[in-house]
Parts: sequence; C-alpha cells; structure tokens
Amino acid sequence: MSFEIPEELRYMESHEWADHEDGTARVGISDFAQDELGDIVFVEFPDEGEEITHDETFGVVESIKAVSDLYSPVSGTVTATNDALLDAPELVNDDPYGEGWMLKVDLDDSDELDDLLDADAYRDQIE
Amino acid sequence: MALREPPLAAVHEARGASTTEFGGWAMPVEFDSIRTEHESVRESAGKFDVSHMGEIAVSGPDATELMGRLTTNDMSTLDPGDAEYAMILDAEGTILDDTVIYRLLETHDDEFLFIPNAGHDAEMEGRWTTHRDEWGLDATVDNHTEAYAMFAVQGPDAIGLVASAADDADEVLANLPRFSATDATVADVDCLAARTGYTGEDGLELVVPWNGAESVWDAFDCQPCGLGARDTLRIEAGFLLSGQDFHHEENPRNPFEADVGFAVDLETEFVGRDALAQVAETGPDERLVGFELETRGVPRHGYDITDSDGTTVGTVTSGTVSPTLSTPIGMGYVPTEFAEPGTEIAVLVRGEPKEARTRALPFLER
Repeated sequence: MSFEIPEELRYMESHEWADHEDGTARVGISDFAQDELGDIVFVEFPDEGEEITHDETFGVVESIKAVSDLYSPVSGTVTATNDALLDAPELVNDDPYGEGWMLKVDLDDSDELDDLLDADAYRDQIE
Repeated sequence: MALREPPLAAVHEARGASTTEFGGWAMPVEFDSIRTEHESVRESAGKFDVSHMGEIAVSGPDATELMGRLTTNDMSTLDPGDAEYAMILDAEGTILDDTVIYRLLETHDDEFLFIPNAGHDAEMEGRWTTHRDEWGLDATVDNHTEAYAMFAVQGPDAIGLVASAADDADEVLANLPRFSATDATVADVDCLAARTGYTGEDGLELVVPWNGAESVWDAFDCQPCGLGARDTLRIEAGFLLSGQDFHHEENPRNPFEADVGFAVDLETEFVGRDALAQVAETGPDERLVGFELETRGVPRHGYDITDSDGTTVGTVTSGTVSPTLSTPIGMGYVPTEFAEPGTEIAVLVRGEPKEARTRALPFLER
C-alpha cells in the first residue's frame, strides 16, 4: 500500500504533520496514521487561544478500534480549530491533509519546523 | 502458543484483510473499513468468516439428556432442524459461555451440534465428556472445530444471495424459518445452513467442511466483513459477546444479570438451575443495560459508569460509536435501581464524566 506524503509538509515520528506559512502552521495527522487507526469517530483538541508545545500531547483521536494521543509538531498559540471534525470526524480519514486538518497555530519559533522529518525521512520511517 | 487459523487465512490476507487475535485464533478484523462493512450488512449483504466459533457434535441414546442437563433451555422440545440459544452455566449459575444448539436433521450421523465461542471448544468438549461419564450417560461427544469452517452471510439481501448460490434447495433456504437449519449444497459442497446470525439482520450461518471452505466463500458475491464490523453490528443489536459482556473469572454473571433470562427454562433440570431459581425469586442485584451518551465520546470496555452525582455504580462491558445511528452507545452492568430505561448516568471516558441515559436494548429495531 502506498500512502500520500506531501513534499511540502513536515512530520513527527508519531505521524502528525505541520505546514508553514508566514509564522502560522496547520496541524493534522498523516495518511498513514488515519489508515492505521481506521474509521475515526472522535477528535478532541484544544480551544482557540490555548498554548501547545512541541512533542507534548495536544489532543486525542479515537477510531472504532483504538484511542491515540496527538503530539504537537510545533509550539505556539492555537488561532483556529477545525470544528467540522466534531460532527464529521471521518473527514480525517477522507482528506487528512485537507479538510481533515485540526489546528492552526501561531508559531513561537518557526525554526522549530527544521527539527521535524521531511517527506523522504518520514517515508523511510513508515516503509 | 501458535494461533489457530481459519482455512481461508491466506485467501483473506490476499484480499487485504488485517488480522487480529481473538480467542486464540488469528482472524480477519477488517477487509476495507469497519464503516463500509457495517453499512453493507445493514443495507445489502456482507459475509463473515467465523471459523473461530467451535463446533461440537453430540449423539447417542442419551444425547438429549446430556445436552439438556448442560444447557439452560429445554432440549426435549427441539425437533430435527430446530435451533435454540442457550447458556452454559457452572453449579453456582454463573455463565461459562453462551451457545446456539442445532438439532440436526436425520440425514446427519450426529443428533446435536452446538457452537461454543472462540477458544471455548476444548473446555466444552471436556465438560461434556466429564459430565457424561459422571452421570453414566450413553453419548458420544466430538469436537469438530477444526473440521468445519463457519460463515455468516447477513443483511436484507443475504437470504436471496445464498439461495441463488445453492445448487439445490433454494426454495427451502428462501422459506427457512428463523432459528431453523437445513442441508444445502453450495458450489458442490454439502453445508448445514441455519437462519441465525449475530448482526440484527436477517441472514444465514453456514457450517462448511474445512476443505470446501474456499468454494463456498467465493460463491457469495458480497462485501467480506471482519470482526470489527461484527462487533459494531452486534452491539447495535444488543447481543452479548462471551468473554467481554460476561467472563467466568473476570466478570462472573448469571443469565438474569446478563438480561438473557429468555434463554433459561427453570422447568428443566440443568447444572446451575437451583442457584438460578433463587436469583429468579429475589431478582438480580445488578443488570446489563444499554446506554447512549448524550455528548460526544467513545465508551469502551472497562470504563466506569457513575450515577449523576459521580459515584461509581457500574462498568461498561461493550461500547462504540454506532455507525448506523452515529451516536455513542454501549452496554454495562448497573444496580437494578439504575436499570430503568431513561435513568441518568455518566460514563467516565478517559477519566472525564460524559452524561448518558440508560435505554432498552436493542439499539436498532429491525
């Protein structure tokens, strides 16, 4: 099976991704992660205005089979949450890099993204 | 210990199934997605490989008495071709396992076939032979678990699908009453076909000789389904899972607590009967109930149930987000004063109380 791993994103070993534009990052979980979890039925994440920290848990995703903590790829302040996932968590399965995004974060330090895996390194990890 | 495998393990793997350990067996848990498989069964049809279920045959002059004394239902009223659900108890009335018993047609050498749950076949074979010897009964007991595969074809289109795949007897299959079994030949393989199931949908279960399994499986053109969808379907239908909704050591329950009193006939003699008669007189202290969360969350096995003040009163035994209803549902044991449908309770989901209400089972009326 081959998984979508967009080149422009950065990844955590724990399968979260972040993109970056002008000091703001969007955060979600990878195609591989959604496939491993299977049918996602519940997502819990922080409210707008909360601080999250690189490599610390920021929420939970639950599928029918499993419960999994979410680890933040970045540090900063949450500026938006994808509330569509509350009623339609299956969007994470359907479109993990698009409509299945979870948070937008105002980054404390955008250099932090350099410490994450690039697409090639992440592909090596999951293959 | 090596896991036991169904005859079609390689076929399922080639189809892309992921596998899980269940009751000592390596079984397909998911072929495509639980939601897709679940919806197929509710809307059209799906097929399940349930070869992890045991098959134990009982025959001989005292077969009816042996079956009757080791199960909670009245075996003497079963005619050839009848099936019945019953519980298997210890002397204290605690459930060891639940089972479906088939009284076989005269075309079979054996008189009864019963279906213990995954991993219970050797235990039940031993229980049957030990009691037979202790009581001096004349009966033979044969464990055929690794001679027979078992498939379930379930859903509104299931009967038609199996009937059209059958080489003969399609009329018989189409008109088979619920909880009845008949002989059917599918793809040149002689099978036992019963109008039973574990999904809340109409359908058939087929007991198939091991070496004919692949031809029969391939004869049904519908969605293959794994244990994941089997679990969400049976929870919606309010069916118990042995080892999870009751467990002889970890969660000892009698049939009245487990809300399966309908499978108990106290007019018959069976192991555990006297203990159950006492429970029937006073009523159980705790009961299995269904519940629905009123907020988002996923109730799971082992989570605490509290009253509306936060005092722990019970435990969740099964839970999921219902794919059909899109709401979080589950089952668990609570003191009988909380069992009335509509009672406010809460479920501690990862430590956080989520408001819930008890409700009558099943969740889905079909």
